[in-house]
Amino acid sequence: MNFLDLIWLIPLFPAIGFVINGLFGKRMSKTAVGVIAAGAVLLSFIFSAGAVLQLVQLEPEARSHTKELYEWFNVGQARTGEGLAEFSVKWGYLLDPLSAVMILVVTGIGFLIHVYSIGYMHEEDGFYRFFAYLNLFMFSMLTLVLGSNYLMMFIGWEGVGLCSYLLIGYYFHKKSAGDAAKKAFVVNRVGDWGLSIGIMLIFVTVGSVEFKEVAEKVHEGVVAGMFHVSDPIFITIALALFVGAAGKSAQIPLYVWLPDAMEGPTPVSALIHAATMVTAGVYMVSRSNFIYQLAPEAMMVVAVVGALTALFAASIGLVQNDIKRVLAYSTVSQLGYMFLALGVGAFAAGVFHLMTHAFFKALLFLGSGSVIHAMHHEQDMRRMGALKNKIPITFWTMFIGTLAIAGTPGLAGFFSKDEILWRAYSSEQGHIVLWLIGAIVAGMTAFYMFRLLFMTFFGESRVDHHTAQHIHESPKSMTIPLIVLAAGSLVAGYIGLPAWLGTNAFEHFLEPVFEPLPIPRADAHAHSHGEEIGMAAVSVAIALAGFALAYFKYCKRSWEEQREVRQYGPLYPALLNKWYVDELYDALFVNRAKGAGASMWKFDSKIVDGLVNGSAWTTVKSAVGSSWWDRWIVDGLVRLVGGVVKTLSWPLRLVQTGYVQNYALVMVLGVLVFIGYVLWGTP
Amino acid sequence: MVTTFHYLMLSAALFTIGVIGVLTRRNIMVILMSIELMMNAVNINLIAFGDRLQQVSGQVFAIFVITVAAAEAAVGLGIVIAMFKNKETMNINEIDLMKW
Repeated sequence: MNFLDLIWLIPLFPAIGFVINGLFGKRMSKTAVGVIAAGAVLLSFIFSAGAVLQLVQLEPEARSHTKELYEWFNVGQARTGEGLAEFSVKWGYLLDPLSAVMILVVTGIGFLIHVYSIGYMHEEDGFYRFFAYLNLFMFSMLTLVLGSNYLMMFIGWEGVGLCSYLLIGYYFHKKSAGDAAKKAFVVNRVGDWGLSIGIMLIFVTVGSVEFKEVAEKVHEGVVAGMFHVSDPIFITIALALFVGAAGKSAQIPLYVWLPDAMEGPTPVSALIHAATMVTAGVYMVSRSNFIYQLAPEAMMVVAVVGALTALFAASIGLVQNDIKRVLAYSTVSQLGYMFLALGVGAFAAGVFHLMTHAFFKALLFLGSGSVIHAMHHEQDMRRMGALKNKIPITFWTMFIGTLAIAGTPGLAGFFSKDEILWRAYSSEQGHIVLWLIGAIVAGMTAFYMFRLLFMTFFGESRVDHHTAQHIHESPKSMTIPLIVLAAGSLVAGYIGLPAWLGTNAFEHFLEPVFEPLPIPRADAHAHSHGEEIGMAAVSVAIALAGFALAYFKYCKRSWEEQREVRQYGPLYPALLNKWYVDELYDALFVNRAKGAGASMWKFDSKIVDGLVNGSAWTTVKSAVGSSWWDRWIVDGLVRLVGGVVKTLSWPLRLVQTGYVQNYALVMVLGVLVFIGYVLWGTP
Repeated sequence: MVTTFHYLMLSAALFTIGVIGVLTRRNIMVILMSIELMMNAVNINLIAFGDRLQQVSGQVFAIFVITVAAAEAAVGLGIVIAMFKNKETMNINEIDLMKW
């Protein structure tokens, strides 16, 4: 079977699953719904794996397969920077190393999370609704990463945004969930605005929206001297696209929706708000790497924003008490790492971290879901503790996930994070400050992740008596995905070994996509392996320090709120309240928008309604006048005519008595007159 | 000797009585009967002149008039009955539908 020509089926399976579950799910059994949803994703995974296996067998230069199904739309000629160009968009799918990585991550982890959800969501109402949305999400996400042009990507981009909204608001009867869903949707709109501007500018500048064509034309333009490094138009495009990426991938200043998105069910947090959807921005920037290469200033913005987001989110994560919120801020922080990598030109490193992060963050979220499941929907770590022996599988898998994210040498997170840190320092756009921020964040990551682990599984039990009796390990459908993901977190890093250990197969695989443009570059400083090992050792040491601190504060001594508050001093309320960013946004934007809405409402109710009511009043008044005119003038004339005729006809009327005898009498008299005339009248 | 003149006088008298009856009486039945009187006055006229001129057409006409009168009486009485049913009166003064 030629899987390469069947890649269009990959997004289609979940779409069919969505239609079946969405239309008939209510009447089907929960088992059937779950089997259809998970089965659709499994089929996608099998086809993805088949296609990627066949792709790998091709020559590295030929590893790019486009499958165009039909022309989606064509609006004819348009004027662009390249002269007239036809604005024609194909419904096509592109499989190259980058999308290969993405579809494997999306379908693989997506399938595990579908299986997990069958167990986790079993007691919930609207079971079929959940799986229908989840399948719709898989369809959108696969369209996003497989689409062969920017507009296909945009469909997927909007689709995942919609599913995110639907799934955050899954518990729609809770006001907080509804608010969080709306917040996610509105904040993402800001990003989508940037993305759509970027796509339009790409077409206007280059004359195409097909990924391959744009890449080729940019390449030719650079060779022909048409496009230059730091061209303002490319800086604008790159920044506009980054606004989109910041919205979807939760970077400063648009990260605020992601922590609130934890109102959704935990599998959703794992699949959408940690492992796959939020990496769409990373994918999009990597996909547009040829544009970013022409805009080093924009790349610097990306790197700085990424580094600051990593630091900022990690600092908030230090003191959060909700188990899912810690993971949410951790996600934001890790996404910051990815953008730091993209910003310094290490696209492959960013995508590598995307992949490893997908494993361990999905694992951690599903693990936290398992804890929440065991604790009967308790999410507050202050009421957990000493769960290690009660739910051992969850503990051990989460322990592996924590080790991986903290950058323990040998696990997935270590390789990808270290690659990013090294490139942040060593690449031509890198800087020691970026490395330093990254390293500090690595320490903070280790600290807050072990704080989570210790507060949840070690120390004294703070579980209330009633719940404590019912703590139980999750069913197999939940623990098996955890185990698989834990295995992934252990070994996924070995496909991208650092240079001092071996060859980075992952980077090599992605090379055709991230082909450098023929532009002048500053000579990269020569760096020795020794330097790299040294830097790695320093970052590991910092992470170890974070671990040690967490160990002494939360494991040696059990957690106490008073002590924690005292130790942070005045910083504590600021950290706990997320640096008051939500309050700031409320004051700056939300309340302004509400005020603008209120004043528009006033304008509407006073001016617009006033005009309408005024015109109604005028109509009524003029109708009264018109009716008076009609009654007295028009009718008056008619009656006057009638009256005159009536008066004049009065004498004649008297003749008409209506009595037959009167008429007969007149007849007789007339006859007599005639007779008289005949007898005596004539001479 | 009864001459044509006498017949004519009788006829004129009868006719005049009929006319006065039609013009003065208020009962619609009486008016119809007065009309019969006028018609029979005409019949006498026809027969008188038929006798004087020794022609049979006078008598023929008279019989013709009687026949038509019978038909007229039938129609007239039908109208009267229909009117009585609607107006419940025989008084011609109460029947003034022909006034404007």
